[in-house]
Amino acid sequence: MSKVYIALQDNDESRYIVEAIEEVNEDCTIIHQPAMIRIEREHKLVVVREVVEEKMGRDWDIQEMHLNLITLGGNVDEDDDFFTLEWKQ
Amino acid sequence: MPVYALKPNYKGERMDRVENFGGNLIVYFGWDEHRMFCAAKAFPLPPSTPFAAVMENVLPEAFGQHPEFSQINWDTAEWLLNNEPFKPQMNATLESQGIDHKSLIRFKTPELKGYASAGV
Amino acid sequence: MAAKKLNIKDKYRLLTRDLDWDFSYEDRKDAFPYEEFEGLKITDWDKWEDPFRLTMDTYWKYQAEKEKKLYAIFDAFSQNDGHLNVSDPRYVNAIKLFLTGVSPLEYQAYQGFAHVGRQCGGVGARVACQMQALDELRHVQTQIHAMSHYNKFFDGLQEFSHQHDRVWYLSVPKSFFLDARSAGPFEFMVAIGFSFEYVLTNLLFVPFMSGAAHNGDMATVTFGFSAQSDEARHMTLGLEVIKFFLEQHEDNLPIVQKWIDKWFWRGTRLLSIVAMMMDYMLPNKVMSWKEAWEVYFEDAGGSLFKDLARYGIRMPKYSEVIEKEKEHVSHQAWWTFYTHGHATGFHTFIPSDEELDWLSEKYPDTFDKYYRPLWEMAKEKEAKGERFYTTGLPQLCQTCQIPMLFTEMDNPNQNSMRDTVYKGERYHFCSDGCCDIFEEEPEKYVQSWLPVHQIFQGNCGGPEMTDILSEYYKINVGADNMDMKGSPDEERWNKWKGTA
Repeated sequence: MSKVYIALQDNDESRYIVEAIEEVNEDCTIIHQPAMIRIEREHKLVVVREVVEEKMGRDWDIQEMHLNLITLGGNVDEDDDFFTLEWKQ
Repeated sequence: MPVYALKPNYKGERMDRVENFGGNLIVYFGWDEHRMFCAAKAFPLPPSTPFAAVMENVLPEAFGQHPEFSQINWDTAEWLLNNEPFKPQMNATLESQGIDHKSLIRFKTPELKGYASAGV
Repeated sequence: MAAKKLNIKDKYRLLTRDLDWDFSYEDRKDAFPYEEFEGLKITDWDKWEDPFRLTMDTYWKYQAEKEKKLYAIFDAFSQNDGHLNVSDPRYVNAIKLFLTGVSPLEYQAYQGFAHVGRQCGGVGARVACQMQALDELRHVQTQIHAMSHYNKFFDGLQEFSHQHDRVWYLSVPKSFFLDARSAGPFEFMVAIGFSFEYVLTNLLFVPFMSGAAHNGDMATVTFGFSAQSDEARHMTLGLEVIKFFLEQHEDNLPIVQKWIDKWFWRGTRLLSIVAMMMDYMLPNKVMSWKEAWEVYFEDAGGSLFKDLARYGIRMPKYSEVIEKEKEHVSHQAWWTFYTHGHATGFHTFIPSDEELDWLSEKYPDTFDKYYRPLWEMAKEKEAKGERFYTTGLPQLCQTCQIPMLFTEMDNPNQNSMRDTVYKGERYHFCSDGCCDIFEEEPEKYVQSWLPVHQIFQGNCGGPEMTDILSEYYKINVGADNMDMKGSPDEERWNKWKGTA
């Protein structure tokens, strides 16, 4: 099985994004490394704007993720409300 | 295809033609399974160099830092010239025994296993 | 009434696709003269997808924010004498190698993407390449700014640009990019956009930068991660490029596969330098090169190639060799630099006893058997006051330009050597991979500027080695080069720390 992954800089904003990812992606794995947080999941991983906004307590644009993103693996699909990483096979 | 180019008949300039080396050939020497030296070494040598001069000057310069170098039994050493078995003729020149530009000469010393017998 | 906010997709369409125009009185082929000679068939540029759907206005907004954060940290780093907080002064040698070997590649990537962006017939690809070109320019600038602080306190950083063009080991990264930039635009996209960005830069910018953080280097980890935040977009572009080419025409598959085979091999050879930076030049360890390779090449790359299998793409050629070499390359590369430490623009050193034990633990199948004996020998020589610097100049590979230091994976004691004859002249290679690349395009690689041969041709000054080093390379001999032990860097550090 293929894993998609995303890595974020370890900072205040990312912590909320990670919380939001954890909430909507069952069985994802969170790995803390110096200065970064890596999240992996089999097949697919979604970041949902509404859930991040809830955690942050403010409006959040999905493209703000570019500020804290380090790397990712998987086919990307991005819209106003969600950001998805997926392996098709 | 020798190259994928925008225009037909593109030719590259050969940077290391023998004419560029002021009368010398480039010859590489490597001592098999002695990793103290990370790679074979390159030397510019006149084609008229007798192999005896290689033994006397080039190889000690290249490999003399190895503690086993002085113990090499040259009678049992096995040589390769450009991947073919080779028996150097000491009094003959490089040129006359088929050593041409960018030739690779390797030798193996079967009884010497390197520092700590580890191929070093 | 407030203006209705456009959603991402509409905004992307208006600000990207709608900027294109048709050619009414000029031949489209004259406008894009590089589109056909590589043999790739593009039938419909409109099928191009940009999943991030980033438009220029958003691009500027977020890039400006990234820069503000980054420069605030550089200021803090510098104002607080951040260089004194690094784990060990040996660490700074990794930064010297980064500045001379990697940062100029960012500039080459900028030049490459600016050119390719101009030559792509499709507007979506053009905009994405334009953004990437700007990113790469930002990367080289921020890296120079970040490392300028170290230049005030350490040797070896003062001539990075000059050295990138001349120094023997820097011909490896330099020629890698020149190879890609002198190819056609689509090969460049597969080389740099896909092979390099998608899999290989991760190994440099993620585990190595995490290692920089672990060694107290706040400036480097910050520019590293800030640059890498752009890489996520580049990686996505790289993957889209591949999918786009393969979906355009079935005849494209063998061409794309050939480029993937070539550039993964070229990339793994280039990364030998990063391998040794991780295993030998980071005093505080995060993960070994082998572990990083498994995470980012084998797992992430493996998933990627499984996903691409639906197009008929297979794993890069010689993947099985690459898998075995992960146990060896970092050790072979560092030994090469250590033994040529008189001719390097940074300091080399024997790993400490704790580091040797860490390497044994991380490489249980190879380190004690093949590589610890090298260091035992070096230690013995050093103790006798005969620090080992090898004589002479090494044989180089015609393709990757690395000294022929790699060994046979079925006999790791023996150097791997291949050769071929083209138009009556013999050429030498470190591997089947590099030999194949030459044989595909010999007229390109006969032009390799091999530093060792250039020295012998008299094109680098000399003939004395110290003159070549000091006058042609601009290495400050006696300060920038030689062992860390006894170096001015070490002496200054001890004075700052009060341990002199």
